Amino acid sequence: MNLWLLLAGNSIAFGGLLFLLSAGFALIFGLMRIPNLTHGSLFMLGAYFAVSLIAMGLGFWPAALIAAFGVAAFGGLVERLLLRRLPGNELAQVLVTLGLSFMIADVCLMTWGGDPISIETPPGLRGASHIAGFGFPTYRLGVIVVAVLCATALWGVLEQTRLGAMIRAGVDDPQIARVVGIRVSRLFTIVFSLGAGLAGFAGVIGGPILSVYPGLDQDMLPLALVVVILGGSGSLIGSFIGSFAVGLLYNFGQALFPELAYVVLFLPMLVVLVLRPQGLFGRAAP
Amino acid sequence: MNRAAGIFAFAALVTLPLWVGNAYYVNIAAQILLYSIFALGLNVLVGYGGLVSLGHAGLFGIAAYAGALAINTGGNHFVAIASALAATIVAAAAFAMLALRGTGLGFVMITVALGQIVWGVAYRWISITNGDNGISIRTRPSPFGLSLATANGFYWATLVVFLVAVAVIAILAASPFGASLRGTRDQPRRMTALGYNIWLIRFLAFLFSGLWSGVAGMLFLYYNQFISPQAVALSASAEALLMVIAGGTGTLLGPIVGATLVVIMKNVASAYIERWNFVLGAIFVAIVVLMPEGMVPGSVRLARWCGTRLRLRTAPAHSATAPHPEGGG
Repeated sequence: MNLWLLLAGNSIAFGGLLFLLSAGFALIFGLMRIPNLTHGSLFMLGAYFAVSLIAMGLGFWPAALIAAFGVAAFGGLVERLLLRRLPGNELAQVLVTLGLSFMIADVCLMTWGGDPISIETPPGLRGASHIAGFGFPTYRLGVIVVAVLCATALWGVLEQTRLGAMIRAGVDDPQIARVVGIRVSRLFTIVFSLGAGLAGFAGVIGGPILSVYPGLDQDMLPLALVVVILGGSGSLIGSFIGSFAVGLLYNFGQALFPELAYVVLFLPMLVVLVLRPQGLFGRAAP
Repeated sequence: MNRAAGIFAFAALVTLPLWVGNAYYVNIAAQILLYSIFALGLNVLVGYGGLVSLGHAGLFGIAAYAGALAINTGGNHFVAIASALAATIVAAAAFAMLALRGTGLGFVMITVALGQIVWGVAYRWISITNGDNGISIRTRPSPFGLSLATANGFYWATLVVFLVAVAVIAILAASPFGASLRGTRDQPRRMTALGYNIWLIRFLAFLFSGLWSGVAGMLFLYYNQFISPQAVALSASAEALLMVIAGGTGTLLGPIVGATLVVIMKNVASAYIERWNFVLGAIFVAIVVLMPEGMVPGSVRLARWCGTRLRLRTAPAHSATAPHPEGGG
C-alpha cells in the first residue's frame, strides 16, 4: 500500500517536472507553429549548465536560476538568428531545430563527457518528510511545489497581464493580432526564450532525480511531445493535465512493466488521437 | 540521350565490383544502395505526398528486429524476410492511422513520437531485443546459389533489390496513383472536391513507403549481421530525411544522390572525426540557412541546375536545354 502511495507521489513530482518542460513546448508550438525539437536538448543543457555552476561553488537554487537564464538567452538567440529567418517554412524549422539538437547533444558530450553526472539535492530538502504517517522524499515534494508555483505564475502572466493577453491573441489568430498592432514577432522571441528558460530550469530541477547523461534529451523529447499531443498545443491547462497524466502513466508503467514503459505511454496517445485528434484542450485546426 | 545515360549508369553499377576491386569500397557502394532504397521509399511520402515523416527509422528497425528474431528462433531466411516485411506493413499501417490523424506539423510530431517509442522498446525491452547490446545473426542468405557472404555477392543482391525499387517507384510516380498523390500534396481540397479519398491515398502511400523502409532495414540487418537501438534512433530518421532533402524531394534521382552524399560523408567524417552527429546537425542548419527561399524550391532549383549541367555535359546537342548547342559544351 505504502509503495503505491510512494509511486503516486513520485508520479506527481515527475508530472510537475514534465509540466515545466512541456508548458514552453506547448506555448511555442501554439504561438509560433514551430515543433521545437531542441526542447529536450534545452532541458539537458540547463542541467549541464547547473552542474558546471555548482562545481564553481554556487548553491543549487542560484545555479538553477542562472542556468535557466542562460538557456533562455540561448533560446532567444536561436529564435533571432535562425528561426526568425524561416517564417512559415515548417519543414525548414523542423530541420533547423533537429540539426541544432544534434549539435547541442554532441557539444554536451564533448564538454561534460559521457558519464552520468548527478546533481546533489539542495541541503534543505534532503531526507524524507512524513505526511499523515507516510514518508516521502522531501525533494520531490519541493518539485511539486515549484511546479505548482510556476504553473500559477504562468497562468497569472497569461490570463492577467497585457503581455499574456497579447500572447493569447497571437495563439488565437496571429494575423488579426498583427492587424490590431501587436508586434507578434517580438512575442515570438519572448515566448521562445520563456519556453527555453523553463525547459532549462526543469532540467536543473530534474537533476537530483534523473541525473544528467548523454541521451537525456532523447529521453525527454518524446515525453514532451506526448504531453502536447495529449493536452493540445497552445493550451496551458492542457499541458498541465497532460503532464500529470504522462507522469503517472510513465512511472506506473515503469514500475509494473519496466521494459515496456514507452508502450504504456503510447496507449493514451492512441486513444486521444482517435477520439480527439486536436488534443484534450486543443482547438480543432482551422 | 537520357536512355544512354541510364544504360551507362546501369552498366557501371553492375560491373562496379570488377572495376573497384577493393572490398571496402564495394561495401560502401552496397551501403549507398541500401540507404538509397530507404530514401527512395521515404521520398514517396515526403516528396510526392508532402508528408514529412521523422519516424521511418522505426519501421526500418522493426523489420530488422523482426528478421533477426525470426532467424535466431530457428526460422530460415525466407521466413525471416516474410515476417520482417509483414511486421513492417502492420507497423506502417498503425503508424499511418495514427499519424494521419494530425495534419502538417501534427503529422511530424506524431511520427517523431512513434519513432521514439519504437526506439524506447528496442532499448528497454531487454528480454526480447537484448537492449543496447543489440542482436547478432550468424549467416547471410544465399539465394539461387549466390553466396551473400562476400562483399561482391552482397553488393549484387542489394543492386537487384535497388533496381526493383527504382523501377517500382518510377512506375508508381508515373501512374495515376502517383498523380493523385501529388494532387493531395498540392491541392487537397480540390482533390476532395473531385471525389478522391485523400485519407486512403495518403494511407496507401505511407504503407508503400514503409514497405521500402522495411526492405532497407532487412538489407541493413544482413549487411551488418547485427541490429541495435542505434539504427532506430531519431538521428537515423533524420539522416534519411536529410538524404531525401539534400538530393531534392519529389524526384527519382534526388534520394539516390542524397543517400550517396550522406553515406560517403558519414564514412569520410567518421574516419577523421568522431563527431558525425555534430556534422549532421551542422549540415541541416547550413542547408536551411543557405536556401532561405525554402527547402523544396531550393533543392528543385539546385537539382534543375545540376540536371541542366549534367545533360549539357553528356549531351551537348540537346536542343531543349541548350538553345545554342555549340556554346553549351
